[in-house]
Parts: sequence; C-alpha cells; structure tokens
Amino acid sequence: MTVGLFIPCYIDQFYPQVGIASLELLEKLGCEVVVPAGQTCCGQPMANTGCEQDARKNYTYFVEQYKDFDHIVMPSGSCTYHVRKHYDIIEQNEDVRRVRQNTYDISEFLLDVLKIKSLDSQFPHTVGLHQSCHGLRGLRLGTGTERVLPQESKLKQLLGMVKDLQLVALERADECCGFGGTFAINEPDISVRMGLDRIAEHEAQKVEVITAGDMSCLMHLEGLLKRQKKPIVVKHLVEILNHTEP
Amino acid sequence: MNQHAQKAAAFIRNAERTRWHDDALWMVRSKRDTATHDIPEWEQLRELGSLVKNNVLSKLDEYLDEFEANAQKNGVQVHWAADAEEHNRIVHDILAKKKIARIVKSKSMLTEECHLNEYLIEKGIEVIDTDLGERIIQLKEEAPSHIVMPAIHLKKEEIGALFHEKLHTEKGASDPQYLTESARQHLREKFLQAQAAVTGVNFGIAETGGVVVCTNEGNADMGVHLSPVQIHCMGIEKIIPKAEHLGIFTRLLGRSATGQPITIYTSHHHRPKPGGEMHIVIVDNGRTDQLGRKDFRNSLKCIRCGACMNTCPIYRRSGGHSYGYTVPGPIGSILTPGKDLKKYSDLPFASTLCGSCSDVCPVKIDIHAQLYKWRQVIAEEGHLPAGKKKSMQMTSWLFARPKLYRMAGKWGRRMLRLLPKGLIYNRFNTWGRDRDLPEAPKESFQEWYQKNRRS
Amino acid sequence: MLQRIRQAKPEVTPLPEIPGFAVPAEVLPILFKENSEKLGSRVLLTASKLNLKEQVLQLFPDAKKIASPLSEVDTTVDLGDISDPHELADIDVAIIRGQIGVAENGAIWVDEQDMQHRVLPFITQHLVILLSQDKLVYNMHQAYAKTQVDQTGFGVFIAGPSKTADIEQSLVIGAQGPRSLTVILD
Repeated sequence: MTVGLFIPCYIDQFYPQVGIASLELLEKLGCEVVVPAGQTCCGQPMANTGCEQDARKNYTYFVEQYKDFDHIVMPSGSCTYHVRKHYDIIEQNEDVRRVRQNTYDISEFLLDVLKIKSLDSQFPHTVGLHQSCHGLRGLRLGTGTERVLPQESKLKQLLGMVKDLQLVALERADECCGFGGTFAINEPDISVRMGLDRIAEHEAQKVEVITAGDMSCLMHLEGLLKRQKKPIVVKHLVEILNHTEP
Repeated sequence: MNQHAQKAAAFIRNAERTRWHDDALWMVRSKRDTATHDIPEWEQLRELGSLVKNNVLSKLDEYLDEFEANAQKNGVQVHWAADAEEHNRIVHDILAKKKIARIVKSKSMLTEECHLNEYLIEKGIEVIDTDLGERIIQLKEEAPSHIVMPAIHLKKEEIGALFHEKLHTEKGASDPQYLTESARQHLREKFLQAQAAVTGVNFGIAETGGVVVCTNEGNADMGVHLSPVQIHCMGIEKIIPKAEHLGIFTRLLGRSATGQPITIYTSHHHRPKPGGEMHIVIVDNGRTDQLGRKDFRNSLKCIRCGACMNTCPIYRRSGGHSYGYTVPGPIGSILTPGKDLKKYSDLPFASTLCGSCSDVCPVKIDIHAQLYKWRQVIAEEGHLPAGKKKSMQMTSWLFARPKLYRMAGKWGRRMLRLLPKGLIYNRFNTWGRDRDLPEAPKESFQEWYQKNRRS
Repeated sequence: MLQRIRQAKPEVTPLPEIPGFAVPAEVLPILFKENSEKLGSRVLLTASKLNLKEQVLQLFPDAKKIASPLSEVDTTVDLGDISDPHELADIDVAIIRGQIGVAENGAIWVDEQDMQHRVLPFITQHLVILLSQDKLVYNMHQAYAKTQVDQTGFGVFIAGPSKTADIEQSLVIGAQGPRSLTVILD
C-alpha cells in the first residue's frame, strides 16, 4: 500500500522526531511511504484566524501534492479534520473529492484501514492521554464524554497495544488544553490557565508522559511544563506506538 | 481591541476565584451528564428536538399565524414588536392603560435583551425581578452572568452582605437557607402587592395558542396568578408546532440546564383568569435577520438551557460578564455578531473551537462550526485586529512557496538557537510570557527526509 | 414581521415521528416514587389505615388553614367563598388531586379545575397531591398524549416542592412556592 505522508508545518520545523516516528511506524506495518518534497501546510492556521479565502491557494496546493495517493496520512487530528471538513470552499473536482475522502489521521488509518490488532512496541511508563479536541469531536476518534453513547477511543485502543504502558484515568477526560491555534495568542491568560489545569490533573495521577494525537496540544503543554520546570514530558502518540526498546 | 480577552484577563487574575467559578460550573455540567445518562435514548431525543426546531424555522410564519389565531380565540391579546423599542412601548402601554405602578417579573432573557426594566423604571413603574438569582443581581445593579443561574459568579458572603444592606438581614449571615428564606418573605410581599406580572416564554404552542413557562421556584406563577394583568414576552423562535412536541423539549430542557429530569413547574397558560387580562408580546429584534443568514440561522433553535456555557472551558474561566452581552458563552458568541459585527468581533475568537458546546446542545446547534464561520465573515468585513490579516496573507503566501518556506524555517530555527533568551522572550512574545518555546532542532523533518530517504 | 420571515426562512424540513419508549406498568409506582423523592417530594405509597383527613392532620399537626376543592377533606377554608386569590395568602396546607403522574421525573399534571384557584398550589406553604396509581405513565411523551393542555385556561406539571440553587449552587427547598410537596398514591 502506498501512502502519502503529510507532516504538518510545526512538526516539520520543531518536532521532526514525530515525523520520523510516523514514517517508521507505517513502514514497519508494511506501507510504502512517500513524502512529497514540496508539501508545506494544510492551511488551518490561516483559516482559523478567519482568512480561509487567503488559504485557498494552500488548499489547492495540498491537493496538487497529494492527488496521486490512494491514502493520505498525517500525525494530526486537526489537520485531517481541516482537510476533510473545510476544504469545501474550493472547487470540488474529482481530485479534491478524492483527497478529502482519503485523508486520515494516523490513528484511524492504523485501526480502520490497516486494521492492525497488535503492535510490537513497549513503553514502560505511566501515561496520561490528552484527547485532542479536533480529533475527538471533529473526527470522532473517540465518543466524547458529552454524548450518551458507548465510550470508545481509537487512541486508547492503540495505546492498549503497547506493552507495559500504564494509562491513567482522568476526571475531566476530554477537556480542552487551551491551545486553539490563534487562541493561544489572542487570549493567552485563559489559554495558559487551561493548560495548567490539564497538567495539574495529570500530575495528580502521577503521570510521567502526556501523549496526544496532536502535537499542537503537546507543544502548548510542553511549553508550560518546561517553564514551570516540571518533570513530565510529552510524546506524540506515534512516538509511543513506534517505541520498541525499553 | 479584544474586549473579551481583556475582561477575561482581569477575571483570571483572581486565580482562587476562577477555580471556584470553574468548579461550580463544571459541577453543573457533571450533573447534566448524570441526568442525560439516565435516558439511554438521549441522543435520539436530541435529534428529535433538532428536527422539530428545523421544521419550525422553515415554517415560522405559518406557525406564528396559527399561534396568534388560536391565542386570540382563547381571549388572549396578541401584540407584535419589531424591535426592543417597540416591545418596551407595548408593555408599557398595557400597564399605563390600567395605571399600573407595580409589577413583578420572572426570568426572561428577552426582556433583558430589550432592557425592559430600565425603560419601565424610567417611566415611574416599580419592577421587581422575582427569580432569586435575578433579584440578587437587580439589587446589586449588575447584569446576569449566566442565562439560567444569573448570580453564579457571586459568593454567598457577597450575597449576604448585599441582603444585609438591602433587605436588612443579619450582618455577616451567609447561609443560603437563611438568605433564601429572607428573600422569600420579601418577595411574597411584592407578589401580593403587584398589579401586573411579566414573564418570558419557554415554548409557544402553535396548535393551541398557549405559552409554556418553566421555573423551579414557582415565582412566575406566583406573579401571574395574583395579578389581574399577565404579560408574556416571547421571541419569534420560541414557537413549537404541537403540544405533543413538549414531550421532547420538557425532557431535554431540565436535564441540559441543571441536571434535573424536569423543572419543578412547567406551566401552560392558555386563557386569562376570570376577570383578568392575558397578553402575549411576540418579538423580532433581529431574529428575522438571523433567520435569513443561511450559515447562522440554526442559532435560533436555542432553548436557552445554558448547557453550552457550563461545558465551555473558556466561559468557566472568564465568566459571563466578559462577553459583554445579555446572552454570553458559546451561544451568545454566535448570536451577537449578527447584531453588531464590529462590536462583537472578538467573541467568535474567544474559543478554541473544541466542540464541546455542540455536543451538549440539546437541539444540536452546530455552535463551534458557526463560530468558525463567523470568523470568516469578520475577516472578510475587515474587523480583524490591525496587522492580523496582513500577517495571515503573508503566511499563506509563504506556504505556497516550498523553497522559501523551508529557508524561512531553517533561518528561523537558527535564530532561535543563537539569539540570547532575553531577546527571544521579549514583551512582544505573547507565547513566551508563560510558556517556553519549543526546542529548535538543527534539522527539520524535510531536511532529514531528503538526506536519509531520498537519494 | 411575517413578511420578513417569509423572505428569510429556509427550505421546509419535515417533522419527525416520535417513537414510543415503553416500560412495564408494575415498575411505574416505584420509579415514580424514586424520581419524585430525588426532586424533594415525600411520596406515600402504601394505603394508609387513616382516612385522608386524619392523614393530613398527622402530616401537618400545626396547620391552621387547610384548603381543598376535594369534598373528602376537612377544610378550614371554603374555596368557593374566595373570589380574590390574595385571600389565600395564609393557607398552610392545600390538597388537590392530580390527573397524571410521570414516573421518569415525578411530575404531576393538574389543571384549573383541580385547583379551583390558579394560585392555590403555589401560594400554599405546603402542598399535598393525591394521585391514583393507575394514572401513572412512564414519560412526558405519554403524559402529553393523555392530556389536552388547553382543556382549561391553565394547567401545570408540578414535580416537587419549590426550590432554588441560585446562591452558590446550594440547594434550598422552599423558594417562592410551597416548602414541601407530599404525594399520596392511592
């Protein structure tokens, strides 16, 4: 299976290890992975600020880069959500439609397309899962505690396949971390407060590592953790799933 | 100038109080969760509520016609108010005709929106808000901070001090039981002396011409049944087609609002009492404008439960007053830009678009999607803060040029690694005030990929 | 205004069918009692050896003014004599009969004829509602199917004693309306 891997701009620049882990993991699971040399950004930062009209060229560019792949995979719930939901403002030709339908967050790709049942990974640490909002309520990677439906979570399912990983239960299982893209700069006080509150919950559960499907949430939490000089570290879901040596 | 951000910053400066406020509202959200989980068919019920409200909006004029005809058959006087000014005038005229000087009022966000109290008081009429939370803020001369729990932002000691001053309760007393009892006695006097009662309307039934008013305190009924004149003020969107639809909405409302299976009193008013008058004032005040906005008309499905506020992590940490409008929180942020785009341009940005509000909304309003869409309108109309649009245009331009983007990334990271911390964490670096920037790696992913995988 | 609405409104979408949600009848009184008590009511399930008058006296030994449209109750106030609802301001206990009881939330439907004066069930300090067990239904859909809300000029679902939590979310029973609700299931 050939997969077009998309690495979000901030992961490309600041967290290359997440991109590398995504690549390695998919290859381990039998995929041929290609990263187009010209790929840049899905356009979400502009659109979230209200400038989706300006981002149109980024949308068509994305489609251009990825139109020849059967599956487009990215280690980001929010970018996936953006392509699937918000690329409706550009002309819906065949390429656009196909790209939108076949863009996956890596967690749903692993479970729903590759249909993996196990992983050859281990991560002997106490882990707290942060349910990134766009992935959770946007892509329905999990049920969400608001809804009266059986509580499921693709991310939890995947973490359950990792040997020796201890996953804690949080009281506010899916409250937002406060990043919100432009929000983190527009409303810094609330953004910081929300992040600190999340961290406090993980601390109370003696979490060593906070993980999530979106590096943006983790970047925000990590920024707070480092400033506060706390020992908790952050790791993207794929880094944990790809972790083999103890 | 971001009003919400400034007010929120002020609110949050009191960390202890913010935690208290956040915990209090989260508890209401938790109660909502418990109550909704009691009904296995809850999600189905939400869908039903949503579909009925969709139908209502699509036939609004017909239902309103039907409603008026049936109400009139029942001996009810129906009035139409195009805007707040007309609404206030109509209510005043009804009172003036009978030379009424004292009225009691139960909770109505519509009358808040129209600033009815100020209008009537200015004309020399005593207006007493009888919902306990509303009475508290009336005495305090503040606006409500939540549409269901107007005084949620006040601590009992503050209310105790207020009552001591205004109602002559014991100094330093803050026991809610004692304070409520004092308010009971005080308001009872007012009910008995009132000459007219004004209420809001939770649901107007087109099929029967009646109005439904839901309370826990019974204050609306105490007012209405003791006064010869009763006036019910209703936004046009409160109509529902038939009485049987109340089965859906009465099951949705209480659970969503406070976690109760139903409000204590669900009163159905159809005809005036013997010897009395019953009036219904139907109000537009911008609602038809919103109805005409394809992307935002669903906000009119709102049944004013407040669940979106209770779940919103931003509302809980900034308080209702930071939104600057009668109806705050997520629903307020999609209703208000339609009223004054420039003035309320900061509200759709007072959100991380987490989507929790949409998932608790009993009538499935796509709140977070509408927040996103309002952002586009605000940007298009030029109401983004200075420089924001320009910087976004530049970013978009940069991202369309991969070589330039990669070079900018490489040099940006190099700067971050080389420049002294004092220079990076300057006062323009909003992120850097309370957070460290991420480490800037020597190699970006693309650089690694080109070096290690593409040969 | 109607003209503006006609111009603004969206395409017509149909009304949904409301499915029946059922529950076995034997469960109803227990469910009703449970949910009613959660909202602060006192529910007397078992048939009492005392007649109604004696029951009321036992529940409210200090009551001075008792009012009821029901002939089986010994009242101290004749509701037929009252023309001005203000005269009911000092009623201690009011006793009325309900038409329908809803098990999912403890609500009881009463209308104008059941109370004779609309303010009675609100202005009284304590309210007693008699309800026949065979008038219990499971949920609000069934309740609305069994009643015609505009049969009289006023009707109300009463689900408990009046309450508020407006002061720091602390629950206080007995806000503006009755301080207690006692339901006697006969």
